[in-house]
Amino acid sequence: MQNHFDLFGLPPSFSIDGETLERSYRDIQSKVHPDRFAHAGDAERRASLQWTTRVNEAYRTLKDPVQRARHLLELHGVDVAFETNTAMPPEFLVQQMELRETLEDAKDAAALDALRSNLRKQKRQLVESIAEAIDGKKDYSGAAGLVRKLQFLDRLDEEIDAAYEAIE
Amino acid sequence: MALLQIAEPGMSPEPHQARLAIGIDLGTTNSLVATVRSGVPVVLPDANGRALLPSIVRYRPDGSVEVGYPAQARQSDDPKNTIVSVKRFMGRGVKDVAHLESAPYDFVDAPGMLQLRTAAGVKSPVEVSSEILKVLRERAELSLQGNISGAVITVPAYFDDAQRQATKDAGRIAGLNVLRLLNEPTAAAIAYGLENAAEGTYAVYDLGGGTFDISILKLSKGVFEVVATSGDSMLGGDDFDQRVFCWIAEKAKLAPLAARDMRLLQVKAREAKEYLTLHGEAAITAKLSSGELVDVSLDTETFCSITQTLVQKTLGPVRKALRDAGLTVDEVKGVVMVGGATRMPQVQRAVGEFFRRDPLNNLDPDRVVALGAAMQANVLAGNKPQGEDWLLLDVIPLSLGIETMGGLTEKIIPRNTTIPAGRAQEFTTFKDGQTGMSIHVVQGERELVSDCRSLARFELKGIPPMAAGAARIRVAFQVDADGLLSVSAKESTSGVEASIIVKPSYGLADADVERMLRDSFDHAREDMHARALAEQRVDGQRLIEATRAALAADEALLSLEEKNSIVAAVAGLEKLLPGTDHRKIKKAVEALNRATDEFAARRMDAGIKRALAGRKIGSL
Repeated sequence: MQNHFDLFGLPPSFSIDGETLERSYRDIQSKVHPDRFAHAGDAERRASLQWTTRVNEAYRTLKDPVQRARHLLELHGVDVAFETNTAMPPEFLVQQMELRETLEDAKDAAALDALRSNLRKQKRQLVESIAEAIDGKKDYSGAAGLVRKLQFLDRLDEEIDAAYEAIE
Repeated sequence: MALLQIAEPGMSPEPHQARLAIGIDLGTTNSLVATVRSGVPVVLPDANGRALLPSIVRYRPDGSVEVGYPAQARQSDDPKNTIVSVKRFMGRGVKDVAHLESAPYDFVDAPGMLQLRTAAGVKSPVEVSSEILKVLRERAELSLQGNISGAVITVPAYFDDAQRQATKDAGRIAGLNVLRLLNEPTAAAIAYGLENAAEGTYAVYDLGGGTFDISILKLSKGVFEVVATSGDSMLGGDDFDQRVFCWIAEKAKLAPLAARDMRLLQVKAREAKEYLTLHGEAAITAKLSSGELVDVSLDTETFCSITQTLVQKTLGPVRKALRDAGLTVDEVKGVVMVGGATRMPQVQRAVGEFFRRDPLNNLDPDRVVALGAAMQANVLAGNKPQGEDWLLLDVIPLSLGIETMGGLTEKIIPRNTTIPAGRAQEFTTFKDGQTGMSIHVVQGERELVSDCRSLARFELKGIPPMAAGAARIRVAFQVDADGLLSVSAKESTSGVEASIIVKPSYGLADADVERMLRDSFDHAREDMHARALAEQRVDGQRLIEATRAALAADEALLSLEEKNSIVAAVAGLEKLLPGTDHRKIKKAVEALNRATDEFAARRMDAGIKRALAGRKIGSL
């Protein structure tokens, strides 16, 4: 499997230096982007399209905490199993149900703003815990559970977006 | 004594060797062509000094075509054969187009894209658009005194795959080598950003004649990165005209109108709208074919109130783009206004209030898109030395996905993904022994397939019979730098494969494009042949130059044997170029492409290694 960290010359850790990532991404894109090969032959254009596609996908994966953690855990042989493992600790589920109820009751932008900032805070805490589990304790299977929780919160974030659209 | 010639500093000593590249803004109302001359982007005017070409095409019974001002002059006398705002019909079916009833055309409900019956026969919107592009190409050829090596054509950022494909086809039929489809707000951002050395997060609010786009971009050190885009491809200045038109009809208590009266009043409505930009009141007078006289007066206040919902309608996509970008209005450093319709004071006011800052109007909203397109064309043509060029990172505006069980959409590439993008997903069979799978490609944000745009359907056949859920069908999406999608599907246990370039259901089939190409050359076989030969020669020459440059730079990546086989392929092609058999040249081009495949891949790898090495040294 392809290692996205290698591509950008980054060490394989959950905590990453966003600026370095962005700089390497742009440096590489400036070498491989199709705009550099608009007048080249088919072979070069094809290679450019393949590379740019790969670089974009790798960048998107590393920028997003859930995808980055998932990729990193896969490199360590741990499957996060978003699709098959939906078991969650009961207290987390109760908390989620409460958040969802708040979302359903939110009828204006102010209520959604409040919910969102609450959610973002929870997400930040989870991200810190994931960093501790992966980079600190090297507890990969423990981390997988946290990543599933974070993905849960991401979905709620998307639903908040939809709620904003509905009230506009 | 002959004088010695000295080139301007930084310029190529042989300016005639620069490739002629143009940028075209193919607008709903007006179109323009621009180029970069001596490093400066300029709009190319027609023989009468006019920069804008009204996007109006008139078909005459003898098959001849009028484009621009002459067509505009006849639009009220001959509304059925004079097509205005054809961009609204690109890649669209009859049921997609709003206000169809007030468009005075004879529509033909063809499968996929609608068509128009004119005095010169049934025409696709693609052919109509290609007439506009042809006039611009000829204008550029005359002005630049040479063959155009390539063109960038702009499209609304919110255009879907079918609309983009239709635009690219129109370019091809007009005899253009389309280097890239460029999003209009992105083109504007290039022109604005470079002109003003802008850095930071900017919004581009682009309200054109028929489309609305909002793009949020991060500008930094030679990189233009689109973070999010949104819009409405059915909302523009035309809709404001339509509101005024309806207001006139109601105010003057008019009975249902004949086509020519309808067009006459639409023209009057547009004039009134434009007049109100600088005046408080517009008088509207017109004599209808019945002899009835229309004489009404529209004031600013009424105009604002009848169009208020349209202005508000633009702010929904603006909020959505900001949310997608994860930004608040305070984080946006400036709002660049693009498109003639942003001249309306109520639009300026609404945008200013929303962003809590005065919009930026220091570039001509009619020209900025064409100028940005010309600048990008100049870069794509390779006329800018490395280091002086810039990197453009754009996104797809709408999610791409496929239909799954129960008519639901499974998104494969979400909106605002940076392009080029590729993603694959595995699916499986639903029934025991199922040997075929129908793949329905859709574009849009809604959960139900019926609420999304259907882009294409194709079938994967010959899956070996297995228990339900045992087959592994990998569906791969690839979006290129033009934002165009191709899809392939493969069953992994048997290797059965099917792939398509997405276009059939809302675009033109390849056969249609071929036919239009032939039609555009009046069925003259020699012309077709001459053109194919010219295209192949240009292609071949370009490839030889590119290969030689690559060898000069990176010969070290090849073994002697590998190098010799490439050199032999170059020689083989070069020998055939002066010949007249375009098929032979094409074969030799293909052979050279094959011979350089591995070399190209290695050069790309080496480029990446160099980029990373440079960074590490730089950060020490």
